[in-house]
Amino acid sequence: MEIVKKIINGDRRAAAKLITLAENDFDKAEDILKELYSYTGNALVIGITGPPGAGKSTITDKLTKSLRKQGKTVGIIAIDPTSPFTGGALLGDRIRMQDLSTDPGVFIRSMGTRGHLGGLSQVTQAAVKILDALGKEVIFIETVGVGQAEVDIVKVADTVVLITMPGMGDDIQIIKAGIMEIGDIFVVNKADKEGCERLITEIEMMLDLNQNGQWRPPVLKTIATSDFGIQELEREIKHHLEYLKESGELEQRRRESAKKEIFDIIQEKWKEILADSVSNEFLNEIVTKVVKRDEDPYTAVKKISDILMYSYTQGGKK
Amino acid sequence: MKAKKIRVLVAKPGLDGHDRGAKVVARALRDAGMEVIYTGLRQTPRQIVETAIQEDVNVIGLSILSGAHTHLFPEIMRLLKENKAEDIIVIAGGVIPEEDIPELKKVGIAEIFTPGTDTRDIINFIKEKVK
Repeated sequence: MEIVKKIINGDRRAAAKLITLAENDFDKAEDILKELYSYTGNALVIGITGPPGAGKSTITDKLTKSLRKQGKTVGIIAIDPTSPFTGGALLGDRIRMQDLSTDPGVFIRSMGTRGHLGGLSQVTQAAVKILDALGKEVIFIETVGVGQAEVDIVKVADTVVLITMPGMGDDIQIIKAGIMEIGDIFVVNKADKEGCERLITEIEMMLDLNQNGQWRPPVLKTIATSDFGIQELEREIKHHLEYLKESGELEQRRRESAKKEIFDIIQEKWKEILADSVSNEFLNEIVTKVVKRDEDPYTAVKKISDILMYSYTQGGKK
Repeated sequence: MKAKKIRVLVAKPGLDGHDRGAKVVARALRDAGMEVIYTGLRQTPRQIVETAIQEDVNVIGLSILSGAHTHLFPEIMRLLKENKAEDIIVIAGGVIPEEDIPELKKVGIAEIFTPGTDTRDIINFIKEKVK
């Protein structure tokens, strides 16, 4: 396939177009992704997450510059929320990465969440593969870690860096909300701000309570804007990768990630079949019956499932 | 899963540090349901074109107040062509004298929106052009 050839030969525009296709019309992208798949699996994937304003983009920028000095190529997927009201998004992560935009060894793509989170993690996984096939050796996925759904997206990473900062008042609350468990490395950025030591102590205490597995996440201090702590962060990322390889957890994680991807795609496919084969009128009728207690939701689901199965065996409308 | 979105790069080429207008437009486009990539101040033509390619935008919106448009805009158009990305629609706004407009349109700027433009006109123009 022409486009696959272009991407593996490093054609940025072809890669960018395929990411757009995956975002806009996944079914069409699928045929290309199928062929691309054998060229992927080489990149190291790092998830960067944390509350808004913690410094994720700045830290990604600094880490990228350092990797570039070592001759490594980098891909960055920066995800920002789409407004649920207008469907629009303001994607501003590039503001902190201006110097990277003309570096031929770096490819940055901004993505909106577009309101379909199952779909988003499917698209993110596709984007990772595309940048991987494009030849990027390290790929960052940067996303605001505020909810379980966003957390799901960075879960596909080999290493997850969780960034927070002092003085947000509720930062511990954010960390509590299911994110704590996925951090492999914790970073307290803007460490010159008041409350840094207290925050570190709180995180350390929580990590002590959270003993699951052999890896005890380190808690680091950074001041990203002045490069303080960046080298150490890089060292810890390398350290974590070594641990993943030695302990066999890398293989385990990649298995989990592949499994998650398969299930994400199944879910999206069935949602589509549902939308294609069950009319809104029929759905509304059933909802009315359920509300009136003429029918229970379980029987309703059975009826709908029967239609889905029939539609599927008929070759479906896709 | 089908959800086409118009993607727009809002960029400020050149050295002036006033991004109020660019931000107002970026916000208006976002509220019109578009995905707006905002890159901040003082972008070189090369940075703008490279970003537009990686982000695969449909439209580049340039905001300029420094007076360097007759120099910077043609350079952006040249780089787009060089990268075979001349299908990207380029529009511009800011302080651009009436007499410069024909020359800028000749190099391929699709439309120029001068001060006082209603953001709805920009939105309509983009929606009309991107189909």
